[in-house]
Amino acid sequence: MKELRQKKDITGVWASLLAIVSGLLIGFIVLAICNPSQALNGIKTLLFGGFTGGIKSIGNVLYYATPLLLTGLGIGFAFQSSLFNIGGPGQFIFGAFCSLFVAIKIPIPGALGWIIPLFAAMAGGAFWALLPGILRAYKNVNIVISTIMMNYIGMYLVNSLVKNTIYDPLKGQSAVVPPSHQLPSWGLDKIFTSRSMVNCGILIAIFMAIVIYILLNKTTFGYELKACGKNRDASRYAGINEKKNIVLAMVISGALVGLGGGLMYLASAGKYIRVVDVMASEGFNGIAVALLAMNNPIGIIFSSIFMAYLDVAGFYMQTYRFSPEIVDIIVSVIIYFSAFSLLVKEYISKIELKKKSNLSKEDK
Amino acid sequence: MNEYAIEMMHITKIFPGIKANDDIVVQVKHGEIFALLGENGAGKSTLVSVLFGLYQPDEGQILLEGKPVEINNPRDANSLGIGMVHQHFMLVQNFTVLENIILGVETVKNTHLQLDEARKKVMQLSENYGLKVGLDEYVSDISVGMQQRVEILKMLYRDNDILIFDEPTAVLTPQEIEELMEIMVNLKKEGKSIVFITHKLNEIKQIADRCAVLRRGKCIGTVNVKDVSPEQMSEMMVGRKIETNLKKNKFSPGELLLDVQNLSVVSSRNKEKNVLNDVSFQLHRGEILCIAGIEGNGQSELALSLYGLLGNSTGKIILGGKDISNSSIRERSLDGLAMIPEDRHKHGLILDYTLEENLVLKKYFTSEFQKNGFIDFNHRAKFADELINKFDIRCGNGKKTKTRSMSGGNQQKAIIAREIDLDSDVIIAVQPTRGLDVGAIEYIHKQLLSQRDSGKAVLLISFELEEVMNISDRILVLYEGEIVANVLPHETTVNEIGLFMAGSKRSVKK
Repeated sequence: MKELRQKKDITGVWASLLAIVSGLLIGFIVLAICNPSQALNGIKTLLFGGFTGGIKSIGNVLYYATPLLLTGLGIGFAFQSSLFNIGGPGQFIFGAFCSLFVAIKIPIPGALGWIIPLFAAMAGGAFWALLPGILRAYKNVNIVISTIMMNYIGMYLVNSLVKNTIYDPLKGQSAVVPPSHQLPSWGLDKIFTSRSMVNCGILIAIFMAIVIYILLNKTTFGYELKACGKNRDASRYAGINEKKNIVLAMVISGALVGLGGGLMYLASAGKYIRVVDVMASEGFNGIAVALLAMNNPIGIIFSSIFMAYLDVAGFYMQTYRFSPEIVDIIVSVIIYFSAFSLLVKEYISKIELKKKSNLSKEDK
Repeated sequence: MNEYAIEMMHITKIFPGIKANDDIVVQVKHGEIFALLGENGAGKSTLVSVLFGLYQPDEGQILLEGKPVEINNPRDANSLGIGMVHQHFMLVQNFTVLENIILGVETVKNTHLQLDEARKKVMQLSENYGLKVGLDEYVSDISVGMQQRVEILKMLYRDNDILIFDEPTAVLTPQEIEELMEIMVNLKKEGKSIVFITHKLNEIKQIADRCAVLRRGKCIGTVNVKDVSPEQMSEMMVGRKIETNLKKNKFSPGELLLDVQNLSVVSSRNKEKNVLNDVSFQLHRGEILCIAGIEGNGQSELALSLYGLLGNSTGKIILGGKDISNSSIRERSLDGLAMIPEDRHKHGLILDYTLEENLVLKKYFTSEFQKNGFIDFNHRAKFADELINKFDIRCGNGKKTKTRSMSGGNQQKAIIAREIDLDSDVIIAVQPTRGLDVGAIEYIHKQLLSQRDSGKAVLLISFELEEVMNISDRILVLYEGEIVANVLPHETTVNEIGLFMAGSKRSVKK
């Protein structure tokens, strides 16, 4: 029995890897069309460029992975209950603003100086997901539509709030977080050198992934949540309060996404909320991260690091005079293919099944 | 002319994880009624779906008049003269009967629909075969029996010679079944070849010439119906002997358990109409109370509102002296109400959960199965194994089997195991044997009877008259949301119940 289960998990991993490889292949073709002479160098950089700066680059990858991990985790969590939370950008930016506001405006001593802003980030993200959750549960409003609306509201509201509260008018972005309120590095700077942007955020994110994994797979709450996701009618028949579960799933999902925002902007890495009318891309990229990992919290740790790696490596591709837009295209192709990973998974299991039935025929 | 009208040679069809058809050979002669008999999940529907072009076989071929043909979709099937009456009718509700019949093969002159010619042809057909229909009535207004006649006319209008009937009697009253049988015999006389799917042995005995028995995707054999007894056929189908007469202990009702007073449910489509109208009845310990009636006369609503799944009901429901009219579903469940739901896939199971996870669906939250919110996996596994053994649930990977991959009978066994294990005083069983084969039906009836004998009360909602007559202690008949009869099984006949069901007789005054 156990063997059977393990085998199935491996199919999932294969599917994800296959999706990545096909994405890279198409990416290579795009590179070859744009700049044939440098295509090989380009794809090499994409594959190995993340190590260009040595250990420092790896630290940077982990820093970029942190927000992706949490947005992916949040979105994947909602997916488990069949809720397509594409409100990532809104929850992300609102969470980020809440944490920055607390960190900059409220003097809190010691370690609490960064811990409390992180809680503010979670509260902000949760609040931003609460309304779509309530609307879905009690008024049957489509979650996709309501979360999209919340994205726009979040973006414009945060722009205006930043301008009115924590604005740095010279640079047109949010003010600097006082060093005492920035995330500590917990010794990671010793491993990845102090020039790296990495901080304790990645450890917090991985910890959250483990917590969510346990929540989903080991608790009755996870059982209920997944039950609602798989069959709402049967869950109701079983006496599960599905409305409460929808709201809770959205709130937890939003809190995770919001935490991602907090972790990204509380770093000393020189990231600020810029007052521009653009949605936080981390919120959308989280969807790809979750899809690539098939919503498995542990898988999301790896898929987010992979996506961050592409980001960093893509940056170095510019040395071969590939414009950043081309790099973005390649990365999106891979993300696009990641969405097919489920399809690939089905295809693989179909092939295996055929093999099996052929074998059993030979047995006869 | 070839001896056989249609031949399905060595058909194999594989679905992920299951071989639905395994090297099946079926040959249907001209002008015969050929029955396909088999347990649920034996592959009957898959086989005719292959014939009708809904599925492509992985191996094997279809011969029409001895010549190989390729049937890629139902359109191909139609052009080859193969027609099918699906179990769920494929009719456009807001079209008239005539419009439905010609849909897809209309004659058009200068973009204008030519109805007159079609009308003549349809009237001719309906006269020839005794298919009485009102051509200008809307499908939404006509009875299920007439809808079926429309489906048959549809096939005849397309000049089909090979007619497939997929469980045509499942939705009909006894009288309507008689009429259908006559029609089928008429069709046969006119030289049509009929493939007839059913679970019901007496129907096969009555009209079929030959019968192929399928079991687990394989063809066990093809027999001449007049040469074998129903018992032999059922043995072929299930693979063992079946007890047809259930031993039933004497009926001795105990205290009042469920008291339903003036229960009404407003229709969700039409606010003026009640789908359940002022229904009152009482259920006692040690009693199996049957609610008979034709599908769609308020039975589903009755069950759902008793269990708390319908919001728009009025009236009082008293369970063991406690008013549960406004209780939540979980409260009702804890107060001693269990339910075997009508729709196994919609309500009964979470198909993508494993068998183990489904077996604890009503219990996972109790202190027995969790500590501080953490699931006690060891205990859950032990519990699942116990139930699987006790109720003889058969499945590929034991308790870790995804319920989606289990057969209908075993899915139903899993639900019954879960509900009976709750040890509730009252069990509502809605259509517990629908679509199951005789072996599984026998099993379920035994379980319900043993619950009754151990002092529980069972409310059985069934459309199967035979079932109603066999195991009930008292029978209520629902017609258009009202109780029109309250009778004892030994004081009535199947025919009388049929009349109650059709609304042409009442024993309870308005």
